[in-house]
Amino acid sequence: MISARLRRLSFLIFGLLILWEGIVFLFQLQPYILPSPDRVFLVLAAKLPLIAHEALTTITETLLGLLLGTLFGCAMALLLAFFQSLSLWLLPLVIISQALPTFAIAPLFVIWFGYGLVSKIAITVLMLFFPITSAFYDGLRQTDSDWLDLAKAMKATKWRLFWHVRIPAALPALASGLRMAAAIAPIGAIVGEWVGSSQGLGYLMLNANAQMQIDFMFATLFIVTFLALLLYFGMDYLLRLFIPWEAHEKI
Amino acid sequence: MNSRSFDVYLKNLCLWYDEHLLFHNLNWSLPSQQWTCLLGQSGIGKSTLLRLITGLSAKNSKLQGTVLITKPLAYLGQNDALLPWLTVFDNACLSARLGSYSKTEKRMIKKRAQYLLQRVGLEAVSNFYPRQLSGGMRQRVALVRTLVEENPLIVLDEPFSRLDAITRYQLQNLAVELLKNKTVLFVTHDPAEALRLGDRIDLLSGQPATIKTFARFTTSGPRDLSSPEILTLQKKLYQILSAAYSNHSGLQPTDHPFALKTAGQ
Repeated sequence: MISARLRRLSFLIFGLLILWEGIVFLFQLQPYILPSPDRVFLVLAAKLPLIAHEALTTITETLLGLLLGTLFGCAMALLLAFFQSLSLWLLPLVIISQALPTFAIAPLFVIWFGYGLVSKIAITVLMLFFPITSAFYDGLRQTDSDWLDLAKAMKATKWRLFWHVRIPAALPALASGLRMAAAIAPIGAIVGEWVGSSQGLGYLMLNANAQMQIDFMFATLFIVTFLALLLYFGMDYLLRLFIPWEAHEKI
Repeated sequence: MNSRSFDVYLKNLCLWYDEHLLFHNLNWSLPSQQWTCLLGQSGIGKSTLLRLITGLSAKNSKLQGTVLITKPLAYLGQNDALLPWLTVFDNACLSARLGSYSKTEKRMIKKRAQYLLQRVGLEAVSNFYPRQLSGGMRQRVALVRTLVEENPLIVLDEPFSRLDAITRYQLQNLAVELLKNKTVLFVTHDPAEALRLGDRIDLLSGQPATIKTFARFTTSGPRDLSSPEILTLQKKLYQILSAAYSNHSGLQPTDHPFALKTAGQ
C-alpha cells in the first residue's frame, strides 16, 4: 500500500516536472518569468546550505504552531463538549476566529508580538485553531448511540463516560482535523514571515522575489512544498500508529 | 426457586411515543431466575419497553404507571458495541472502567473476565482487538462483558440476530450455560429461538400493545426443536404471529419475508 502510494506520488511529481519543462520550452519563457526545472535544481543545489539554515526557523515555527494550535483546539473542543451551556457563548468566538482574514491581520500580530518567532506561531495557531476545534468537537458530539447506551446501563458517570468512551471515540474525527492542520501549518508560518521577519523561508522567498531571482524563489518554494508534504505524511503515519481503528481513506 | 418473586414488575403502565399510545395499562412481570422470551413484530414497542426496563431514556416518550426493577441489570443488544480501542480483555472488563467500583471489586471483575473468556474459548485472543475477530467471537466477548458484573438480571435484545445459523446455535447453547440462575429477558424475532431457550414465551401485540403468555415450560433450555410437542407449539406460534403481522396497520403480510414463509402452512 505504502509503495503504491509512493509510486503514484513520484509519477505525479515526474509528470508535473515534464509539463513544466515542456511549457518553458514551448513558449520560450525567460528565466525571470518562469525558470525551467533544471535551472531551479541547479540553484537549489548551490544555495542548499542557506535554504536549509532558514528552513530550520520555519520548521520550528510550524511545529510549535501546530503543537500549540492542537493543544488550544483540543482544549476548546473539550470545553464545548463537556459544558454544553458554555458552548452557546464559546462557539461564536470559535467561528469569529475563523472569520478573521489571517493575511490581513498578520501585520497586526507582528506589531503585537514582534519580528521574531512568537508572531509567526501566533498566526499559525490562529489558522489551525478552527479546523482542529470543529473536527474534534464534531467527533465528541457524535458518539455511537450503542456505546452511550452501554455506558448508561453500566451507570457510568459523566466524567468516566467522557474519558473512557467519548474522547477515544472522537479521536478519528480529531485525526482528520490534524491532517488538515498539518497541511496548512506551514502556510501560517510562511505568511507570518512574509509580513515581517528577518529569517525563515518566507523571508527568503520575499527577498528573492524582490530581486527578481525567480529561480531562487522557485527553489525555496520547492523546499516549502517538500516540508509541507513531509509534515502531512509524518502526521498521517503517526495517526495511523496511534489510532489504528480509524477507518481512513487512502491518498 | 421461588415462583412468587419478581425482578421486573410493571403495573398500569401507559406510554406515549410521539403522541402515539404504545401501552395502555400494561401489566407485566418477570419471574426471578427464569428465562422470559418476548416476541413481537418490529414497531410494536419492544425496544421502547426494553429501554424503559434498562433505564435508558427513549426520546419523545411520556410515561405513567409503576416500573419496578428490583435487581441490578446488564444489557446486551444486537450490536456487540465493543470499543475498537480496547483489547478483548479490556472490553470484557469495561464495567471496571465505567462503573464505580473499589479496587478489590475491580480486581474481582478482571478475574471473572479472565475466567469467562476462558469459558467462551477466547482466552487465546484476549490481547487482540475487536477488528481482528469474527462476528461470532465479537458477540461472545460482548456476552462476557454482560456477565462480568454478575448482575442477577440480564436483558438481551436480539443478541444473536446478526449471526449465521451455526454460530447462533452455538452461542445459544453457551448463553444458556452461562446464564443459569439469572433472570433473563430475551427479546427476539425468531420463534424457534424463543422455543429453544425460553422458560416462558410472551407475545407483545396490538395497538396499544398488550402482553400475553403463550407458553410456559417446566424443563429448561436448550430444547430439542424436533420433539413433537415443540413442533406443535412452533406451528401455533407462527400462525399467531403471522396473523398479528397481517393485522398490523398498513402492513401487508407480503411485506414480511417471515410471513410469506408461513403463508402456506
